[in-house]
Amino acid sequence: MNERKSRFSSLSGLDIERVYSPDHLKGWNVEQDLGQPGSFPYTRGIYPGMYRSRLWTMRQFAGFGSADDTNRRFKYLLAQGQTGLSVAFDLPTLMGLDADDPMARGEVGHCGVAISSLADMERLFDGIPLDQVTTSMTINGPAAVLFAMYLAVAEKRGIPFDRLGGTIQNDILKEYIAQKEWLFPPEPHLAIIVDTIAYCAAHVPKWHPISISGYHIREAGSTAVQELAFTLYDGLAYVDAAVKSGLDVDAFAPQLSFFFNVHNDFFEEIAKFRAARRLWAREMERRYHPKNPRSLQLRCHAQTAGCSLTAQQPMNNVVRTTLQALAAVLGGTQSLHTNSMDETLALPTEEAVTLALRTQQVIASESETVNCVDPLGGSYFVESLTNRLEEGARDYFRTLDRMGGIVAAIESGFPQREILDASQRYQKEIEHKERPIVGVTDYVEQETRSIPILKIGPEVEQEQVARLSDVRKSRDPFKMAGSLEELQETAACHQNLMPALIEAVKAKATLGEICAALKEVYGTYREPVVL
Amino acid sequence: MAIATTPIRVLIGKVGLDGHDRGVKLVVRALRDAGMEIIYTGLHQTPEQIVTTAIQEDVQAIGLSIHSGAHNSLFPRVLRLLKEQGAGDVTLFGGGIIPDDDVPRLKAAGVQMLFRPATPMHDIVEFVKGLRVER
Repeated sequence: MNERKSRFSSLSGLDIERVYSPDHLKGWNVEQDLGQPGSFPYTRGIYPGMYRSRLWTMRQFAGFGSADDTNRRFKYLLAQGQTGLSVAFDLPTLMGLDADDPMARGEVGHCGVAISSLADMERLFDGIPLDQVTTSMTINGPAAVLFAMYLAVAEKRGIPFDRLGGTIQNDILKEYIAQKEWLFPPEPHLAIIVDTIAYCAAHVPKWHPISISGYHIREAGSTAVQELAFTLYDGLAYVDAAVKSGLDVDAFAPQLSFFFNVHNDFFEEIAKFRAARRLWAREMERRYHPKNPRSLQLRCHAQTAGCSLTAQQPMNNVVRTTLQALAAVLGGTQSLHTNSMDETLALPTEEAVTLALRTQQVIASESETVNCVDPLGGSYFVESLTNRLEEGARDYFRTLDRMGGIVAAIESGFPQREILDASQRYQKEIEHKERPIVGVTDYVEQETRSIPILKIGPEVEQEQVARLSDVRKSRDPFKMAGSLEELQETAACHQNLMPALIEAVKAKATLGEICAALKEVYGTYREPVVL
Repeated sequence: MAIATTPIRVLIGKVGLDGHDRGVKLVVRALRDAGMEIIYTGLHQTPEQIVTTAIQEDVQAIGLSIHSGAHNSLFPRVLRLLKEQGAGDVTLFGGGIIPDDDVPRLKAAGVQMLFRPATPMHDIVEFVKGLRVER
């Protein structure tokens, strides 16, 4: 038979045959490997009715400039029918630095919103009912501090913590592996994360204290198999740390959540979501024998692949995002962010983010893909891919086990090097036109088409620095210093940090001051540079 | 042609707070594969650290990757520090997420070249090789 290529392969490099049949599913068992939606091993979804019962949460990641700028964008998005909030913080905030830190110069408000103090957090959520909207915060190194600020805002408004719903990303392992916005070394940082998990289990039961993330691992260049493997292995490391601290697995595992990328390979991505649920359920069952079935369920957020967007012919990005969003829906995600077409150039304009939200709304309202749960279940091809992704991830699990766990592996540079090698292979495939990209390698236009982009002016930084100075002038310096001392003592005695953090933010200690105080106790992380 | 036998020394760095090092590491690998001597700074460098390292390592060129939107602040600061410290002859180039509108101003300020997203690796290698010919 004449075929266009000698070899067909998935984006992750898995060989793809011409057609799939029952021969590809030898040993596959419909009860054990597929099951029913809402039942172990959850291959088909974590809820029996999935989108027939409730659509996914449409949650556009947003944040730029000042707290006021972002507050306006939040209200705009809610008015457009968005159903949850998601905060993007700027780089100084992500690194636990105040806006007036020398390292923050030129970066304030650029990649997200600048939040340096409780006063900023209050303005960020001004007029937004925290007991009615769920909020996801993409924050990792200083996640516990920003969470303390959110809780303090709720307390001030008289909202009980058990009515707060949302997520902090709080996944430091993937920072060391891929996203690279870290603060403390692994050991104390894992202890802080366990503190947030324990605090939520006791006081904020509807909150997800962690969103174990493959998104950034994929953006750093990993394959789908690597994304699945490193993310779930990270997840098991958190569970292990929490259980070792004395928590019962059922006290916290139902609050864990995950976050995946959705890249270009439509079927491979769908299979990845299915394999993730099955692998998580099986490993949690095997390792921890939870009594609550919710401890076995992998809940997730998904975001379309930022790294798949192109600066060339940017309107093509709308089409890429649509296909990726559809894959996430067919894969059974619980919430979704669709990238805007201009995000390869800058943070999105209001017009671009509206189109991205409308993309989800069109899928939900018009495509009729939401009527049947796991519509691709039983497809020889998709089931075979699901099996291969799970097997590929298990191969990595064995390697990581041999290396002594994820922290040892990170310190030796293993996941970082695997991802870099995959990224280099992908780059070469693009450059050799084995993976054509429309508008970049093929169908190139000489005329560049530009689209409007969002500009962040230098006044954002000046105003934020001025506000921070006002905060410092308005506080009781003795009370503030006392709260930081208390925090350091708590950290040194390995007690749960959350209550002391809440007190410190209420005493108007700034993000940078709090993180500096904790660095004195814990030290800072130094990266093993992998090339 | 004696010059051609000495490999060009280039500092490749991440300046500012952004952690997006996927692209920069691929550039480092490609330049090394092409026989150049590359010093990679690692992440989260200040302009001061970049310039100090460049002078200590006696490089002929600096390539900076910026994905944070802070390019309009960071490139000019590196250029100013190079001049102040008597290293104004070091070529500065860069890449990352830099909107087209900002490119002319940065080039006028003295950034020799800015590579757009999806630039073929070959183009970057050829550009750096070209620096050696010019010298």
